[in-house]
Amino acid sequence: MIIPAPRALIAEDEPLLAAALRHELGQAWPELEVAASVGDGLSAVREALALQPEVLFFDIRMPGQSGLEAAAELVDAWPDGKAFPALVFLTAYDQYAVQAFEAQAVDYLLKPLQAGRLQKTVARVQQLLAARSAAAPLSETTLAQLRSLLGAGLSPATGAAPAGGLLRFIQAGHGSRIEMVPVDEVLVFEAADKYVRVLTAAREHLIRTPLRELLAQLDTQQFWQIHRGTLVRASAIASAVRSESGKLTLQLHGRPEAFAVSRLYAAQFRAM
Amino acid sequence: MEADTAPKAAQAPKIDWIDKLRHLLQTLAFCLAIAAIQYAVQPERPYELPLVYSLAIGSLTWACIDFGRHLFPSNAATGWPAGIPGIALPACGMVLGYLGGTALADAWFGWSSWDGSGLAQLRVSVVITLLAGLAGTYFFYTRGHSATLRAQVSEVRTQATEARLKLLEAQLEPHMMFNTLANLRVLIATDPPRAQAMLDHLIAYLRATLGGARAALHPLADEFARLADYLEIMAVRMGPRLAFALDLPEALRGVPVPPLLLQPLVENAIRHGLEPQVAGGHIGVHASTRFGPDGALLVLEVVDTGVGLAQSPAHDTNHPGSHFGLTQVRERLATLYGAQGTLELIAGDADGTCARVTFPLNSPTP
Repeated sequence: MIIPAPRALIAEDEPLLAAALRHELGQAWPELEVAASVGDGLSAVREALALQPEVLFFDIRMPGQSGLEAAAELVDAWPDGKAFPALVFLTAYDQYAVQAFEAQAVDYLLKPLQAGRLQKTVARVQQLLAARSAAAPLSETTLAQLRSLLGAGLSPATGAAPAGGLLRFIQAGHGSRIEMVPVDEVLVFEAADKYVRVLTAAREHLIRTPLRELLAQLDTQQFWQIHRGTLVRASAIASAVRSESGKLTLQLHGRPEAFAVSRLYAAQFRAM
Repeated sequence: MEADTAPKAAQAPKIDWIDKLRHLLQTLAFCLAIAAIQYAVQPERPYELPLVYSLAIGSLTWACIDFGRHLFPSNAATGWPAGIPGIALPACGMVLGYLGGTALADAWFGWSSWDGSGLAQLRVSVVITLLAGLAGTYFFYTRGHSATLRAQVSEVRTQATEARLKLLEAQLEPHMMFNTLANLRVLIATDPPRAQAMLDHLIAYLRATLGGARAALHPLADEFARLADYLEIMAVRMGPRLAFALDLPEALRGVPVPPLLLQPLVENAIRHGLEPQVAGGHIGVHASTRFGPDGALLVLEVVDTGVGLAQSPAHDTNHPGSHFGLTQVRERLATLYGAQGTLELIAGDADGTCARVTFPLNSPTP
């Protein structure tokens, strides 16, 4: 049996740097086939799903969405039964990212690229690809790392209380009227296009404040992130149900609908 | 009244005891001098007499005034209580100091100055207390005033240094620097002439950034040349995602402008307008003139076709640098041109943003 040549996807918004990475990879790993090179975070997810390559090289700062956000989206959208690609992030300078990468479950490359460093990364990725079986699930270390990277991007003052204090009321506009919704009554914040849906037991409000801004002003002990676009009140969670396909959903006290849990955040719902 | 001043006193800065000790010693020296003068004038009386009265009255007066002033909110400019308390305090201090000090000294000698025989002496010591009190108060007031001024000057200096540092940090942003170097590294191997051109732009950009704050004004043509350096670097990095046009009428080339005034606006247009947008966009920088009520105005515009104000993360707390850029431009305009220098951010027709700076065409008189 012949093992097919591994394929890679490059997502890098600066054309010269993308071309250079492709060129350097050609020398460091001649068997690797660069299946596509894209310049933004949205195309990165689309092409990764379409091509299903073995290795992903994602720049962290990209238009559309960041490389981290693209990776988080891929984790959820990746088809079951198919091994998740080896992830390598590219960054010019990102102290939080570099700190979080120390564990090195996923690798990173600092720009300007240096041939010797690239060679190490290639060796590590080759080792990873050789070691794992075809249907290996994503390791929890990789997920934890991705979570912390996304978190690091959210609040520069890691772990510190928000400067403006915790949010106590949501000011929700209804036409010309502003309703004051106590945060204590809110069960769910859900990102929906350009808005955030604020759900209480009885009502639904739309606000324009982005979820990432809300997240910085909420008590993360009270509100758990269960998806890129969903925060739920931890005390309102009634049950977590795993479907046959492995997808996890939450039922809340006081809301009829179910809420999908991302693979990235599924670890907190294991039985004790 | 009591209830009113108590909370203010609680908020007052902590008493500096070293400072108070210094004041006490100065007061004591002052009292000794007064006693010496009195003894010189009336050598027939024992030295102990003026010494004890002078020390008792002087130190009590000092204590009343110097500790009393912490009960009132003090004027930021002088460190002294503002308004009526500022005058009433030394007056009350002198009366209390005189009465209390005299009583203390009387107790020391075991007699009373208030019966008939001492009245003439009392009048003399009233005059001495009054003159010495005024002189002492004036001495401490001017000392405090100049100390406060010195503290303010050093604070302003610290703030200026901090602002300069933040400006440098914003302009030499690591992301920009390392990505630029990464591009240079690639070009050196693939296209040496282009690498050289890019390096020249980077050198000019760095020279302007590192030395720019020192020159007060430079010609508008120079300002546009620096913007061109920056935009050429960004054009190499962003490839087809960035197009730009600089439009400077021949007649305006020599107009003096503050150096790198537009730089933060162009950086914002790229970072918050074009960078988040997948397709990139166009940046135009235009110079024109307009007649205002107070004469000719120079109008400088940075127009981008980026994501626009509403979606721009400039309003996002996660990008602390963006506000700083705009604040800095506003502050520089206000310092140089007062109310005549303005910065407006205008949302574009479809998407995009226009940042418009307006100030008098004639060079400012700093």
